[in-house]
Amino acid sequence: MKPVLLWSDALFFLLIAVAVGGAWWGRRQAHLRAGWAQVWTSRRARISAVVLGIFFVIGCVDSLHYRPLLPQEEGKPPAHSVEVLSALDALLMPLKANTEKTYSAPLANELFAKETLDDGSRGFPALKYPGAHVFGTDKVGQDVFYLTLKSIRTGLLIGTLTTLIMLPAAVLLGIVAGYLGGWVDDLIQYLYTTLNSIPGVLLIAASVLMMQVIIDTHPDWFATAAERADARLLALCAILGVTSWTGLCRLLRGETLKLREMEYVQAARAFGVSRLAIMLRHVLPNVMHIVLIAVVMDFSGLVLAEAVLSYVGVGVDPNTISFGTMINAARLELAREPMVWWSLAAAFVFMFAMVLAANLLADAVRDAFDPRAAK
Amino acid sequence: MLAYIVRRLLYAVPILIGVNLITFALFFVVNTPDDMARMQLGVKRVTPEAIEKWKVERGYDQPLFWNGGAAGLGKATETIFYRKSVRMFVFDFGRADDGRDIAREITMRMGPSLAVALPVFLLGLFATISFALLLVYFRASYLDAAGVVACVAMMSISGLFYIIGGQWLVSKIWHLVPISGYAEGLTAGKFLVLPVLIGVIGGIGSGTRWYRTIFLEEIGKDYVRTARAKGLSERLVLFRHVLRNALIPILTGVVVVIPTLFMGSLLIESFFGIPGLGSYTIDAINAQDFAVVRSMVFIGSCLYIVGLLLTDISYTLVDPRIRFQ
Repeated sequence: MKPVLLWSDALFFLLIAVAVGGAWWGRRQAHLRAGWAQVWTSRRARISAVVLGIFFVIGCVDSLHYRPLLPQEEGKPPAHSVEVLSALDALLMPLKANTEKTYSAPLANELFAKETLDDGSRGFPALKYPGAHVFGTDKVGQDVFYLTLKSIRTGLLIGTLTTLIMLPAAVLLGIVAGYLGGWVDDLIQYLYTTLNSIPGVLLIAASVLMMQVIIDTHPDWFATAAERADARLLALCAILGVTSWTGLCRLLRGETLKLREMEYVQAARAFGVSRLAIMLRHVLPNVMHIVLIAVVMDFSGLVLAEAVLSYVGVGVDPNTISFGTMINAARLELAREPMVWWSLAAAFVFMFAMVLAANLLADAVRDAFDPRAAK
Repeated sequence: MLAYIVRRLLYAVPILIGVNLITFALFFVVNTPDDMARMQLGVKRVTPEAIEKWKVERGYDQPLFWNGGAAGLGKATETIFYRKSVRMFVFDFGRADDGRDIAREITMRMGPSLAVALPVFLLGLFATISFALLLVYFRASYLDAAGVVACVAMMSISGLFYIIGGQWLVSKIWHLVPISGYAEGLTAGKFLVLPVLIGVIGGIGSGTRWYRTIFLEEIGKDYVRTARAKGLSERLVLFRHVLRNALIPILTGVVVVIPTLFMGSLLIESFFGIPGLGSYTIDAINAQDFAVVRSMVFIGSCLYIVGLLLTDISYTLVDPRIRFQ
């Protein structure tokens, strides 16, 4: 077995490291601790945090990728499969490997469609693994429960990496524009007004189409299909980041304008502290609550956006398992009689749980950290 | 006032130029026309002649910025930049891959888009403001708390599920309206009921919450206390004082979307087979018709900028404190 570190894995773990590091640093900051303590008093927020925590654990396990060793042939060097698996695949091997021929209902013993059986009569053929598929199987016989678990990682990555990618630019430009003012401010305002006036979906569609051209015309850049799908996922995150940083940037600029006139900032200026140091030491820590709120508020919207973009055809790679691709594949089967409802239901339940938990937690975080929120 | 509007209009010019440059960079610089041709023709069976033919068909065979081979002004105008980007300012979008004129197609499809988007917008606005006022009227009660939770739950459902669920329940189980389709004139009604209904329901969660926050912020102000102290009933306070003063924050979010209603809704139009601009965009994306996507990006930005302008003007109409500087 050969470990594989995809770019998205590396960034995902970097993000977790940043979050852990931030928590370690924030442990000693009284106002941050008070804020989190207030979040924790709400039962709704505690339950949401636990639900999201479970999703994150699944996402982490699913981010440990490797290429399994192929059975060695006589006299040949050991070779690795081109298929990239994750630790989650290894844990769920029975689910992944036990595929049926086509659709079957949840916990069914037979296939969904009638076929001509071995003895020549028409009937429902028996499943290879009767009763083993909790959520049934999809068109090519894959277990729907396995697909839903795999979708979690894609949703989490879109929701978190996008923010990670856009955050440095938004924070830097917002603070610089607000603090320096003048032509720098004009330029940055012009930049985000222009980007903001292009309708988000269209900018994303155009960028993803162009990204697809690059990926398709350079097949030699990627060793495996997983790497290519991963590149598209990251490109999607980056593009979503470009379209969503403008809001945060504007908020930060406004807040910095206010902070600039505060006594402690003016005192620092009178003492001759450099502009860079003032921005880093006095402005940045005091806008961090806005950044935190923006990060948690954006998460749920991004998870929802992924499904819509995949439907429009500018989402993740069609081979990447995600809620969007699952819904997209399942929605055409609604016209069947009787209906194939289980893929949609599974995607709906898991996506709803993830987004609802994120929304509830985001509300609690905003109430705790936003000084203007109604207490 | 006129001078103010003119100045705001002039301010929009650099933004439009910026949008134009971004789209140009995205469609012609990030990838050369050769790359796009190779992608559309398929990487394997591509020949130099096929690429050349593809480029000539679309007018991509000229140099990007400067055509040294042309005479006089042609040096600047016989280029991709002039033909494809500068011409957009006069709404000349060229032809789609199927040979149709894009500008004509857009004007034809604006009607159906508007037929869905306008009722969704008006009914949605009415419904969300009514619900928000209801929650504010019963604020800090169980009804309010339940309403807020319901809003968050409704916000957490993907728009795709509203559409799929609605089509399944109303069209397939109850057989009330056709599943999808569109007709001209009055018969369009039966096709429009369900998409409009779904559009309104899909927006209720986030809308109600948003207006509730605005009203709650307004209700804590001094003039509201004064109004109550005068002995006005709570209903009068809400409708006459709070609703009016909340118009300013409401306008910020509402006026800017009015022009973009012409663009229609991507999801609803494509699910219900409504021949509007939204489904036009989706079809273009799926067919990788770059000319159409580029035109839609430009039109969308123009409409958004018009929306910003209208927002500014509407402020001056409702808020006498704002002066034209």
